[in-house]
Parts: sequence; structure tokens; C-alpha cells
Amino acid sequence: MSEGFRVAYFPGCTLKTDARDFESSALAVARALGIEVAELSRWNCCGTVYSLDAVNLMPRLASVHNLIRAEEEGFSEIMTLCSMCYNTLKQTNNLFTSKNNGLAAINDFLCLKPGYSGRVKIYHFLEFLREKIRPEQVKNLVVSPLDGVAVAPYYGCLLLRPKEIAIDDPEKPEILTPILSALGAKVIDFPLNNECCGAYQTAMHQEAVVRRTYRIINSAQSEGADMIAVSCPLCHYNLSALQGLVRSTHPGLKAMPILYFTEVMARAMGLDYRTGVRVIPQDVAAAEARLRPSPNDPGREAVK
Amino acid sequence: MKIILGNSHPQSLFAQRIEALSRQKLFACYQCGKCSSGCPMAESMDLLPNRVIREAQLNNEPALMSCRAVWFCSSCFACAVRCPKGIDIARIMEAVRTLQMMDGKSITEKPSCEDNGTLPQIALISHFRKFNM
Repeated sequence: MSEGFRVAYFPGCTLKTDARDFESSALAVARALGIEVAELSRWNCCGTVYSLDAVNLMPRLASVHNLIRAEEEGFSEIMTLCSMCYNTLKQTNNLFTSKNNGLAAINDFLCLKPGYSGRVKIYHFLEFLREKIRPEQVKNLVVSPLDGVAVAPYYGCLLLRPKEIAIDDPEKPEILTPILSALGAKVIDFPLNNECCGAYQTAMHQEAVVRRTYRIINSAQSEGADMIAVSCPLCHYNLSALQGLVRSTHPGLKAMPILYFTEVMARAMGLDYRTGVRVIPQDVAAAEARLRPSPNDPGREAVK
Repeated sequence: MKIILGNSHPQSLFAQRIEALSRQKLFACYQCGKCSSGCPMAESMDLLPNRVIREAQLNNEPALMSCRAVWFCSSCFACAVRCPKGIDIARIMEAVRTLQMMDGKSITEKPSCEDNGTLPQIALISHFRKFNM
């Protein structure tokens, strides 16, 4: 085990409801790697989308409140798991660090004294792993190596764009490659791994998102992927929950299991993380056969 | 007919409003089409992203105030990272959407949450924040 790190954690709404397995697997992985994760004692919604309107400050205040709370609790860094929270918090924080003079305007608007300093750093868990953890440390904890299971990392948009907040090259992301390789997986690079899944359009223009889901899964499948690893609850929803609709128009498309990257890590490390809360039903038999199940999996005995 | 483009032109009021809301240089665009070629939502749009900018340059208010394309933009910034002229097209899409909403042309379609209780709140909240005022 490595020397301990302590980091403040901002969960966001979906990690506490629909993406419970994302949170539990990430926390289990962090614990195994010797990272102490301290959830902020008070937090609110990040705002989910960063407002692009140059004039209206209102949509940015939700994020600012979270940054202020982190600072009040004495944290200089916040780690997020959800890509959307990462993107929104980081873009808001950049208002305070760039020359836009957002700092004075927002602090005045909120009547804050002394106001937010702009000094809190926002990290995504993947950046944290890249900067503080060596792939060998992950490798040392693997108990069920993935032995060549073909995992396609799907990054989507929110970790890579706009440029100012990118955690990796926006056109050729590979931040997950060393981690997945350390687990023994065969990493699949596919051309659509940085293309948008349609995001919140799923609430209004579902048919457009279904077309995106088809393209992305088909692209990964053509490259030989057994499963797709994601880091955003919205990508996870669009790629997994809409697969049934995709197959009604493209019956030839094989079921593609969608997992959070931390779930893939937790399974290879033999960590117990499943909460059973609001799990999207997926046709994961193919993946389960290749991935050895986690210890609390009811199917474990049967597989043996 | 000679067409003069430019934000200082007295008849380019609409273009000026878009520039003010988006803080982007509309007239830097030379219509290379890179934004449209990489846009994941292009196939669902009635005006392609480069066309939205062109109509804005031409101050074509009726075309932009009735276009549906801006409601399909999911602000993924693929266009913005690729634009050779450094224009953040997603901000221009948002400006046009904002102007349509200010004009009462807010969306009428409800999210499909009523018949689909499985939508994660991340989808519902961002939908309401992007598409409502």
C-alpha cells in the first residue's frame, strides 16, 4: 500500500442515486490504493451544465457555493467522479482564475466577504490516479486479472472539452490505458471514443440519442470490444438503457455491457462494491463469463 | 447585389446581439465547415452549425429565430476544439437558443420522463437548465 493521501470528494446528485455502484466501486478502489476520500460535509447540485451565456451569472452560482464550502472546510482540492460535475465545477472555477474578472462580479453578486478565492483545484478521479498512483500499484492489487478481455474506454465530451479543462488530449485520449492494462485488459482504441453520446438530449430528443448510441457501440464492437468502460453517469445511461431501442432498429447489434471504469477496477481487484440500487438491466452474460464476478455476486457459485 | 459583412454595419443588430451574448467573433468565421463535419448532432439539425454562423453574419434574424438546430446542440464542444479560427460555436448556439427563449419560443416538447421514470436526474436537471429560462 502506498503512502496515504487525503482528498475532498464532491459526489453530485447521480452518484447518490442512479450511479451508486460507480461511487461504491470508486471508494473501494481508492481505499485499496491507500487514498482517503473525505466527502464534503455540505454540498449541493453542481448545476450539471455550465452556462455558456456570457451575461447571466445566475446559472453559475450553484457551483460557486460548492467551491466556497470546500474552502471553508479547509480543502485545497476537490475530487469528482462524475464527468459532468468535473466539467461544470472546473469551468466555473476557471472564471476565477482567468482574466474574465468573474471573481469580483460573482463575489459582489453573492455579497460574500471575503468571498471565494478561486484557489480550490478540481480533479477528476482519473487525473488523481494518473498523478498520484503508479500503474504498478494497481497491478499489485489485482487478484483476478482480466486476461485479455477487450475493454474499450469511452471518454465522451465532458472530460476532454473545452480545451481549458481537458484531462487528456481531446482528440486522442488515453488516460485510462495504463490503468486498464495494469488490470490485464486488452485496451481497445475506437474512433468514436471522444464523441458525444447526446447527453441530456436523451430527455427531449431520444431518437437522436439512440442514433448516437448505435454509432458508438457499433464502432467499439467493430474494433473487437467485449465491453465499454465509462466515467459519466449520463453516458452510462445513454449507452446502456437505450440499447434495447437500438436493437429494435439494428437487430444485428450484439449486446454491449457498459461498466464504470471503477467497476472494472474493483472486479479485477476482487473488491466487493455492488449496492444493487437502481441498476440498469443489461445483457451482461457475455461480459460476466469473461470477468470473474465480485465476491458478493450470487452467480459466483454457479460460475465455479 | 453587394453584401457587406461586419458587426459595425448599422443593419447587423441581430449579429451584434449574438456577439454580445456569446462573446465570440462571428465575423472571424470563413466557412470551412469543420464544425459541421464533426458535429455529432448534425444529422438531426435543420441548419448545420456553419450555416447558423453564416446566417448570423448575414443578420438573417428570421432564419435563426425559427431554426431547430440550436435545440439539438448538446454543447459537447467538438466544434470549439476544432475551429481553426478559435470560435466557440457552442456559445453561439446557446446565444441563438437564448434569444429564441427570450422571444417566447421556448421548447414545447416535454421531456419523456413521464413515460420513462428511469431517466437519471443528471439528464432531467441539465435538460431543464439548458432548454428553459
